Amino acid sequence: MRVIILGATSAIAEATARLYAKEGADLLLVARREDRLLAIRDDLLIRGAAKAEVAVRDLADPHGIEADFARFVAQIGGVDHIILAYGILGDQGPAERDPAQAEEILRINFNSAAAWTLAAAGALEKLGRGSLVVIGSVAGDRGRRANFIYGAAKAGLATLVEGLAHRFAGQGPRVVVVKPGPTITPMTESFNRKGALWATPEQVAAVVRRAADRGGPVLYAPWHWRFIMLIIRHLPTFIFNRMNI
Amino acid sequence: MTRFAPTEGVLSWGRVIRETQDVARPLWREDLPGLLREDTAAGRSCLAIGARRSYGDSGLNGGQTVIDMTGLDRGIAFDPARRTMRAEAGMTFDALLPILLRSGHFLPVTPGTRFVTLGGAVANDVHGKNHHGAGTFGCWVRRLGLLRSDGVEWELTPDDPTGLFAATVGGLGLTGIITWVEFEVIPAGSALMDTETVPFDDLDGFFAIAAESEAGFDYTVAWVDCLATGASLGRGIFSRGRHAPTGTRLLADKTGPAVPFEFPELALNGLSVRAFNTLYNWRSRMKAGKAVVPALSFFYPLDALRHWNRIYGRRGMYQYQSVVPPSAAREATRAMLQTIAAAGQGSFLAVLKTFGDRVSPGLLSFPREGTTLALDFPNRGSDTLSLLDRLDAIVREAGGRLYPAKDGRLPPDLFRSGYPALGAFEHHVDPQFSSRFWRRMQAAA
Repeated sequence: MRVIILGATSAIAEATARLYAKEGADLLLVARREDRLLAIRDDLLIRGAAKAEVAVRDLADPHGIEADFARFVAQIGGVDHIILAYGILGDQGPAERDPAQAEEILRINFNSAAAWTLAAAGALEKLGRGSLVVIGSVAGDRGRRANFIYGAAKAGLATLVEGLAHRFAGQGPRVVVVKPGPTITPMTESFNRKGALWATPEQVAAVVRRAADRGGPVLYAPWHWRFIMLIIRHLPTFIFNRMNI
Repeated sequence: MTRFAPTEGVLSWGRVIRETQDVARPLWREDLPGLLREDTAAGRSCLAIGARRSYGDSGLNGGQTVIDMTGLDRGIAFDPARRTMRAEAGMTFDALLPILLRSGHFLPVTPGTRFVTLGGAVANDVHGKNHHGAGTFGCWVRRLGLLRSDGVEWELTPDDPTGLFAATVGGLGLTGIITWVEFEVIPAGSALMDTETVPFDDLDGFFAIAAESEAGFDYTVAWVDCLATGASLGRGIFSRGRHAPTGTRLLADKTGPAVPFEFPELALNGLSVRAFNTLYNWRSRMKAGKAVVPALSFFYPLDALRHWNRIYGRRGMYQYQSVVPPSAAREATRAMLQTIAAAGQGSFLAVLKTFGDRVSPGLLSFPREGTTLALDFPNRGSDTLSLLDRLDAIVREAGGRLYPAKDGRLPPDLFRSGYPALGAFEHHVDPQFSSRFWRRMQAAA
């Protein structure tokens, strides 16, 4: 099993990588920070990974994505699963007033992620097999005042993945978007995390790992978000507008 | 970026003390100096905490700040040939076990729960069923990282001339943040244990079996029926074992049921304790003899029931663990069991074990040669506290000591008399570090 993880230093990605390490997989970890990549690599090797390599790359940089993805595949001698797990939350309030900030949220979470998703899907199509799991968000299911710029990017990404899944229907490659609910990661540190609906990165990672094998094209993590978002999506506007969510 | 946030519900395992603390949970070691600087600037004290399996107040810092180290849980280097493992302080024994077993190794020392962190194991210098041969976990630590509030990160070894290593092992987190630990692992051919269960009829029976077992068995422990009186006083079950040389190296990969919420008080009255003790006694007697059992159930029977501490209800529980020197062991243990039986507050679990003469490396390490008794009591307020006071008197008289990680009400005078190296320890306490336990001890000084 050869696995490429884009955004490998995120909490959800690291928890997912540990599941693969336990299975004795070969892993390629891609992110910006070399020191963090090396710390994670050492840990994964101790936890049982047969191979763990790193590639330092600013994934938000749109130049040479296809060539770099081919280089990643060559670096671990092929690929079976690809996990795309990077993103930024941004700051909704200032981003509504500052187009540059809004553009950055969209560029990282949608434009760059879409480009990597297309590059990865292209590689899987050539192979005729393999899985791509993209981390989306429940924020993409219905625009809410708290985070609709981030949500718009994740909605776009989910639509892209759904379209790819449609294109690959009945063929070898699989493409899945996993939409976590609120998760206890550095990204959500400024949130008040009271309430029972917060998930751990490990809970989300279990869904991501399973998604690479079966199910989709849209999965929620944990699963109960599927039903929560079903309700939220179908709330009439006059009720939705009175809710502070 | 990692920050402190006011957090309720960060409890120790005993669940008696409930105070709000500012908690930060960093995921990278590079975040630690910034958190310490923030505390220094704000004039608040800090305490690094692990998996919160200490029962009392040594892992709490109410009204101040704590750094939850469980996010710093990466392995750093494992060298099976040299038999050394180095990992970040937040890595748990639960995570280490499958890694070690895969290459035919095991933890050198493990407490009765595998859900402890490495940093916590060092800060409390934990012991296990193999103390009579292996000593404490600290005996196996080869090197550790310690970050002090002045921003200096020390790399300490057992031969450290400054004394900071000896202060940090068993030092209850008061000397700084233990950032990583390198320790020696032991060979183990399988994830199975060859065990023997032997019932004994009274306290003399315990001491006889303990003496007879220690040469041939790496692991020994006994369970005592706290409600037995008269000629049966101290009756119980002796369990002894060693690693099975061959067999599966895989741990059963499943977690048991969890106690979903705090039980109402009446769930654990004297009657149900009596029923439990009788059942446990009977069940073990039925299974007396030799058996090959999975290592997880031999070492961690209570881990099978997650959140078992919730059965003690909203008011929580006290665990009380003492050690008394060999010369006083029989008399003091007998007196404690008589006191408990007379009080009718039957302990749910009473664990009895003899500690060997291997010297603990820490200035404040709890284990010393002698006999240790560990008891659980539901918190019934003043009744429970006065029973513990009576037990204190016996321990004091016997020249024994209590385990700070356990009861959360350890009297300062008994702490001082039990730990003669306390004066030497105090020089090494980081000025920015404190805990609820430490303030309680200092207030009385």
